[in-house]
Amino acid sequence: MVALEPFREEAQTFVLKQDNMIKVKNVTKIYKTGEVELEALRGVSFEIKDGEFVAIMGPSGSGKSTLMHILGALDNPTSGTYFLDGKDVSSLSDDELAEIRRDKIGFVFQSFNLLPRTTVLRNVMLPLVYSGLGEEEREEQARAALLSAGLDEEHFVHKSNELSGGQIQRVAIARALVNNPALILADEPTGNLDSKTGEIVLGTFQKLNEKLGRTIVLITHEHDVAEHADRIIHIKDGLIEKDSKDHNKRIINK
Amino acid sequence: MKISDILEETYVALLSNKARTSLTILGIVIGIASVIAMVSIGAGAQNTIESSIQSIGSNLITVMPGAQNGPGLQVSSGRGSAKTLTEADAEAILEKVPNVKAVSPELSGRYQVTAKGTNTNTSVIGVIDSYASVRNLEVDEGTFITSQHLRNYSKVAVIGPTVRDDLFGEGASAVGKTIRLKNVQFTIIGVTKPKGGNAFSSSDNSIFIPLQSAQRFLSGDTYVSTIGVQAADSKSMTQVQNDLTVVLLDRHKISDPQSADFSTLNQADILATASSVTDTFTILLGSVAGISLIVGGIGIMNMMLTTVTERTREIGLRKAIGAKAKDINLQFLAEAVTLTFAGGIIGVAFGWLASFGVSYFGILQTKVTIGSILLAFGISAAIGIIFGYYPAQRAAKLNPIEALRYE
Ligand SMILES: Nc1ncnc2c1ncn2[C@@H]1O[C@H](COP(=O)(O)OP(=O)(O)OP(=O)(O)O)[C@@H](O)[C@H]1O
Ligand SMILES: [Mg+2]
Repeated sequence: MVALEPFREEAQTFVLKQDNMIKVKNVTKIYKTGEVELEALRGVSFEIKDGEFVAIMGPSGSGKSTLMHILGALDNPTSGTYFLDGKDVSSLSDDELAEIRRDKIGFVFQSFNLLPRTTVLRNVMLPLVYSGLGEEEREEQARAALLSAGLDEEHFVHKSNELSGGQIQRVAIARALVNNPALILADEPTGNLDSKTGEIVLGTFQKLNEKLGRTIVLITHEHDVAEHADRIIHIKDGLIEKDSKDHNKRIINK
Repeated sequence: MKISDILEETYVALLSNKARTSLTILGIVIGIASVIAMVSIGAGAQNTIESSIQSIGSNLITVMPGAQNGPGLQVSSGRGSAKTLTEADAEAILEKVPNVKAVSPELSGRYQVTAKGTNTNTSVIGVIDSYASVRNLEVDEGTFITSQHLRNYSKVAVIGPTVRDDLFGEGASAVGKTIRLKNVQFTIIGVTKPKGGNAFSSSDNSIFIPLQSAQRFLSGDTYVSTIGVQAADSKSMTQVQNDLTVVLLDRHKISDPQSADFSTLNQADILATASSVTDTFTILLGSVAGISLIVGGIGIMNMMLTTVTERTREIGLRKAIGAKAKDINLQFLAEAVTLTFAGGIIGVAFGWLASFGVSYFGILQTKVTIGSILLAFGISAAIGIIFGYYPAQRAAKLNPIEALRYE
């Protein structure tokens, strides 16, 4: 899939290995609020291969969500470069970024962000509205995504404000899966779930990773959750502390 | 994003706050309804005035004694009081001026009429046979004055329906009965069809007698008070007016047109003047209505800005999952246009109703044209686009991350 992408002239020198979907080099992010400057990321570099399952772990305020927004082409780094699929994200137009997010990325936001007073099905179908899919295919894919996120069919027609915290979380996950993205970015996707439902969701991620070869970046502050990934990147105070293979990966068989 | 999706989003969004939506639409409804009503009232007024001008004759040029641009004293002397025009002038016009279809020399005055104990004061007009065709007059009962009556100084009269009602009772047969004018007895030979009053004269309340008889028995001289000249068609009116002026100046031996002892009035000029008055009237009414439309438009903008602020997080989410600026822009623009368009439809209905009411209660015969309806829809769509543009732009330009963090 990456090999099919046309490379930009200026990007050529950076693209050494074509199978690296994500290449982050010396990325910093500084938030300016009035006079105060806050360095949320202070120069992080790493690469994630196509088809990898990576957990990003760190304490609260360490810059995990900030990093996820940059990885998801939602925000630009203050300095440093970020290549997604061989393309320098900072050189792309807003519309091109929107297309990448629409076709290749699935987000699970930390605050979920479902549309209020809107049914579960409509919420999950929303990304497909912008890809111009037919009505029937949308619903088909939305149902499949909801089932794989572990939501019972009886809740499909409920409004999003009629759901429990855990159910909301599963709808948010289903919405991230619905467009069959190559890259799934999930910010604390199991934060509100009991360990059993959490396991189901993590099992879904593992299945998507193994069977369909999806690249998954899972953000969490829990060690147990991080251990479901192949590799764990530890982050603290905006810097990478440790980046290692997960030697005792927990595999959920289902 | 498909059109059906945009429509569905719009529908859901507008229904989610029904009170606000309906109040905003109301602003547009009032604006559009007043545009429709005002324009139809303006058109109705124009129609009424035009038809009353048309009813005095078609392609008519009126020649009257007295100077056109004379000193003020001439004006106060009033129409018809100066004696400068004769029947011979009328014949000369018919003979020498090309494109003249007919001429109608007339001598009018007010006299006391008596008939079998009743009497009334009314206008008596001495006319020739061509009067009926030049002045669009039709006879209901009996016949009109013929050239034979003129030659014989016949003491015959044709009366208007109002005169008949006054003298002989409503709807009574009058032909064959007699009336007295200045102690001369005239036999009634016809009654004209009612024509309705207009601002200029009422033929219904007049008595017509042969011109020669009027000159001999009533005025005692050979002058006429008006000459009606009918041009062959509307295109030749100006030419006829100019040529007859030359002919009359020559006949009256006047070299300077400024000191002419007669004046001419072109029906087309009256019509143009009247139209310019009603046009101004229509524009005035229309602009008052237009202002209320602009106020309605500001209401739309206000609502859309509020909506965009309220839905900042939603917009952020939509952008995060792949909506382009264009998609967001279109969604909010569609909302604004839907509001104004709905307002337009309801407004047209109300405007129509208002103008129908004006006609129904006989105030004025109004007319709602397809043109004004299309105009109203055009305006309402345009208002949606103009006043929805800025809020939609604002939504489309939101940064997704900042929008998602918005509280
Ligand atoms: N838009 C912003 N403006 C200003 N400061 C910000 C903004 N977003 C994040 N920050 C700051 O950047 C730092 C990193 O925030 P971030 O949300 O990335 O943390 P996190 O690792 O996701 O934490 P948590 O586990 O609590 O979600 C925090 O100190 C936060 O206050
Ligand atoms: Mg976070």
